[in-house]
Amino acid sequence: MVSRIRQRQIAKLLTSGKRLDGRSLTEYREIKVEPGIIERAEGSALVHIGRTKVLAGVKVEIGEPFSDRPNEGVLTVNSEFVPLASPEFEAGPPGEESIELARVVDRGIRESKAIDLEKLCIIPGKKVFVVFIDIYVLNHDGNLIDASALAAMAALINTKIFNYELEGEEVKIKLGYTQLPVVNYPISVTFAKINDKMIVDPGLDEEEVMDARFTVTFDKNGNICAMQKGGGGTFTKEQILEAIRIGREKAEEIRRLII
Amino acid sequence: MKNEKRELIDKDGLRVDGRKKDELRPIKIMVGVLSNADGSAYIEQGKNKIIAAVYGPREVHPRHLALPDRAILRCRYHMAPFSVEERKSPAPSRRELELSKVIREALEPTVFLEQYPRTAIDLFIEVLQADGGTRCAGITIGSLALADAGIPMRDLVVACAAGKVDGQIVLDLNDIEDKEGEADVPVAMMPNLNLITLLQMDGLLTPEEFEEALNLSIEGCRRIYALQKKALKEKYISIREEVET
Repeated sequence: MVSRIRQRQIAKLLTSGKRLDGRSLTEYREIKVEPGIIERAEGSALVHIGRTKVLAGVKVEIGEPFSDRPNEGVLTVNSEFVPLASPEFEAGPPGEESIELARVVDRGIRESKAIDLEKLCIIPGKKVFVVFIDIYVLNHDGNLIDASALAAMAALINTKIFNYELEGEEVKIKLGYTQLPVVNYPISVTFAKINDKMIVDPGLDEEEVMDARFTVTFDKNGNICAMQKGGGGTFTKEQILEAIRIGREKAEEIRRLII
Repeated sequence: MKNEKRELIDKDGLRVDGRKKDELRPIKIMVGVLSNADGSAYIEQGKNKIIAAVYGPREVHPRHLALPDRAILRCRYHMAPFSVEERKSPAPSRRELELSKVIREALEPTVFLEQYPRTAIDLFIEVLQADGGTRCAGITIGSLALADAGIPMRDLVVACAAGKVDGQIVLDLNDIEDKEGEADVPVAMMPNLNLITLLQMDGLLTPEEFEEALNLSIEGCRRIYALQKKALKEKYISIREEVET
């Protein structure tokens, strides 16, 4: 719970186009991407957006394909709100916030076809590579969705899969690695609505007073590949269309940080 | 299976079930279908068969969830194991948990929660048969069940999806169009206040196509809203007739 005073202070500043930390309404906090920091993982990246820290790790294993997609590898996204990241987080099975976050990140990667899943097929219908993306929230200071989506993409870009050869149906691991076939770069941009003002990249204090949240994900061609409204508030059609215009520019800027 | 991609819109511009691009599926809505619930509603939309019930405002269990200044709205969206082609495990999936959250958030803005502090309003949505667009149909009857329970609301909430199929923007996707189409945009709104309360998208759309899809789904919402109102009135008119005769 935030105090009413803080809520009024944030709302009042916004009417004059300002925010508590001095940013403009369409300005992100500083974004830093540190790829490849977990050597044991096939791919990884730590992303900072201001004081928010999210680590994504990728593990690749051999598994079975889905029966309706026998020629494609499998992608799964999972997220953990680790208790050390916030006094609000508790240990235990993933809550709905964490599930929603993982599914929004998953949608962006899947719908933009960021990974060429057909290249991950080993034996059609029997053996494929399964790509596990695990998102680890380390410090929660707002906008976990954008930080997680960026960390997941940055981790995929530096993911390497072990080389193999087939002996009959046995997969033999060989020396050396091959780059994961990443062919698109979705970037998500999240807005918060506070008293009818739309702001990008809400910090935790802003999230605590926001009426609603809106995330839009753009692929490398500037097309929309995922959207999600969150929170118990509302948007007008004009606010959504405005967010898409701004979001498209922001996504371009952020994409340059990872490729 | 995947290679022989079927045509979803034929040369006459008609869809797999014979509809035009901006045509809704046949919809049947009923209000007050369960005697135990405080409010309930049922919808058939295409092959969708979905039932919703509201219990509350009532005591909160577990107690620590209660809020001192308003009611909590809880929502459970659940699919019956036999509602889909391949049996669905009855345990709530990640998809169902996400949908429960976004449906709750689509309905929250309309309910005067502050009138019932320290209570819970529970909404249960059971999908008995699924045919694409179940979250939208669930929201449409969820808000009717709330109204039927006599809970004060700012507006009804109505939902409808639009999407892209065979390169064209179409209204109210069915199961096949949802699975094989290129994009799906579910929208929920409060029709009198003109406010959007749910918006999701998956697939691939240009910003121009998205705007077209958004406008089309809003148009769909308006048409379903008329049916929603009619269903709500029907229940109370029939009660009045019973009383008067």
